[in-house]
Amino acid sequence: MSKRVEAIKQDPQVRIRNFDEVSDGITSEMALAEAARCLQCKKPACVKGCPVEVPIPQFIQALKDGQVDNALAIIKEKNSLPAICGRVCPQENQCEKYCVVGRKGEPVAIGLLERHVADNAAKTDAIPEIPVKRREKVAVIGSGPAGLTAAADLALLGYPVTVFESLHEAGGVLRYGIPEFRLPKKIVDEEINYIRRLGVDFQVNVAVGQTVTIDELKEEGYQAVFIGTGAGLPYFLNIPGESLAGVYSANEFLTRVNLMKAYVFPKYDTPVRVGKRVCVFGAGNVAMDAARTALRLGAAEVNIVYRRSREEMPARAEEIENALEEGVNFICLSSPLRILGNEQGEVVGVVCQKMRLGEPDASGRRSPIPIPDSEFQIDTDTVIVAIGQGPNPILTRTTQGLTVTKHGYIVADENTGATNIPGFYAGGDIVTGAATVIAAMGAGKRAAAAIHEYLLSKSNATVSQ
Amino acid sequence: MARIIEKKQLANKINLYVVEAPRIARNAQPGQFIVLRLTEQGERIPLTIADYDRERGAITLVVQEVGKSTAQMALMEPGDDILDLLGPLGTPIEIKKVGRVACVCGGLGAAPIYPKAKALKEAGNEIVTFLGAQTEAMLILRDELSAVSSEMYYATDDGSLGSKGFVTGPLQEYLAAGNQVDEVIAVGPVPMMRSVCNVTKEYGIPTIVSLNAVMVDGTGMCGGCRVTVGGETKFTCTDGPAFDGHLVDFDELSARQRFYRKAEQVSMQEHVCRIGLGGNE
Repeated sequence: MSKRVEAIKQDPQVRIRNFDEVSDGITSEMALAEAARCLQCKKPACVKGCPVEVPIPQFIQALKDGQVDNALAIIKEKNSLPAICGRVCPQENQCEKYCVVGRKGEPVAIGLLERHVADNAAKTDAIPEIPVKRREKVAVIGSGPAGLTAAADLALLGYPVTVFESLHEAGGVLRYGIPEFRLPKKIVDEEINYIRRLGVDFQVNVAVGQTVTIDELKEEGYQAVFIGTGAGLPYFLNIPGESLAGVYSANEFLTRVNLMKAYVFPKYDTPVRVGKRVCVFGAGNVAMDAARTALRLGAAEVNIVYRRSREEMPARAEEIENALEEGVNFICLSSPLRILGNEQGEVVGVVCQKMRLGEPDASGRRSPIPIPDSEFQIDTDTVIVAIGQGPNPILTRTTQGLTVTKHGYIVADENTGATNIPGFYAGGDIVTGAATVIAAMGAGKRAAAAIHEYLLSKSNATVSQ
Repeated sequence: MARIIEKKQLANKINLYVVEAPRIARNAQPGQFIVLRLTEQGERIPLTIADYDRERGAITLVVQEVGKSTAQMALMEPGDDILDLLGPLGTPIEIKKVGRVACVCGGLGAAPIYPKAKALKEAGNEIVTFLGAQTEAMLILRDELSAVSSEMYYATDDGSLGSKGFVTGPLQEYLAAGNQVDEVIAVGPVPMMRSVCNVTKEYGIPTIVSLNAVMVDGTGMCGGCRVTVGGETKFTCTDGPAFDGHLVDFDELSARQRFYRKAEQVSMQEHVCRIGLGGNE
């Protein structure tokens, strides 16, 4: 078996000076060679690993046959956001994990092929035929991966769909969270425009729960609602000094840079201050994004401070690799105790404590145990807290009767997204807690199917043409 | 897009706008705010809802020119559209009958106080207003506040109206004279709110302040507006903007507000240059 293809990447020393995409993907020749590695399994295991069940062997076959446009059409039967998924899905834990080729060697690079297809198919405004038009209006709350997927699928089923977004641009975490160098916003624009062309109406600057309540949406004639408001509430460590000036949540730091384009200040008005030395707490994908963004903003030294070891880091291996290549330092087995400030109330340092690993905890990872008398100080100008996010409460607290967990997540059926209120569905991070783009998309897809069934059963299918 | 339908200059560099925003007007409550953005390159800035008219489907904003965005806003006229307008945000203040409420306003603080004073008056409270500014010409919403107040006290830095000095002066005299006050609402610059709180603490009067922290989204997502209240971290955008003034860590709030001052100057400089070169934007 030939060797697995690798993406062409910008040189680390060059890319830390710009916000351009790190990966250039693969060439057509590389794509054809990689497609040839696919065994075209009759019962493809890879598809089972995909939360939205992209027909992987079929699109790869089309690519092999030189039909890139057809390959894209095949992917879009199941996935309305292929250029995004090809870039940010953790394929190593999904389709590629189950690839049969991977049992003896390296799995087929399905993600790179998906991206190649999405990037190289002819640009067209064409949309699939929508066979019926239905009357029942559906409201989708939140325009992140879950909401976009639910909206697209419902539009393809013929429903008039309105997506409500509280920020001034649609995309949710794809817009404010994932940096330009990993997911160019032009790609997000193109994929959202596709969903717009399916007939979906996007209303930005509407915070459902504040601007309108869900009950008011029902009065406005929406017969079903999908809630995909994500995990947008930043968690903090609750250690002293965490509200000093110069301490950011990763959400704030990344929103300033990605959504508000602080990286081109003063051309754009929103500033961000990064200083010379930056400490990022946490080691997930968001932490890697924040660390790598800080480097690109000109920080001379960026430290990831993590209480466990390299092994336990929740970030994708590829992102950890990218961060290391770019010169991010990893200070592992260290836990921040307090943040130090100067007389102006600005950050100057972090006091940490060394940790060692004990027995595995509930998460299955070895739990960190403090080592007594091991305090040490890191001098720093900026701290970015990237230890996770929770559910934003503004929608749930104004929605009468909606059942949420004690942590504020919406209780919804795993297979249908149905909540305790008939006609209200939910999916993505607001149900599961912070997870992946594709997991949220899977939830949006399942909920769209369930909403369709619900509306059919309720109205005896009012097909108007 | 939200259309400006009225504009009125209240004082030098302070304008009042009535903006078409039916959804916001329908659900707005006293104490809430909006976030707006004027241009594709613009910042998201929070502004208190100074009034709302549900029937007309409009809200009132009072804007003082302090930075680039507000300077750009000063150039806008009726018929112009605000690119992005989100609201109503924040937790409304609790409106209940407590007796006599002293509304203490510093400068632009009169704008956020007005809807609260009006609602508190409607709830059966007696309102006594203390209005302060640099000079008489800078006192805003005098007529509106007078209409809901049983007594008005003024303070100006130059003594052009009322007592000379800060607005805490007449408040202190009022309390020292033995007047019963059941609750104080103070809105204005941080040093003013801090000194009002110092005065009312002595008298044990519950005091609500409304904070203008730096924020990005305004919906609890960025946490940039966090403030320490009674030792706990709160988000100004979702938990506030009104808090128990006796518990707020004003030092921390000031430090966080100062953090971007240099960048704001750069931004403003760039704006001034552009207007200078390009005439009327």
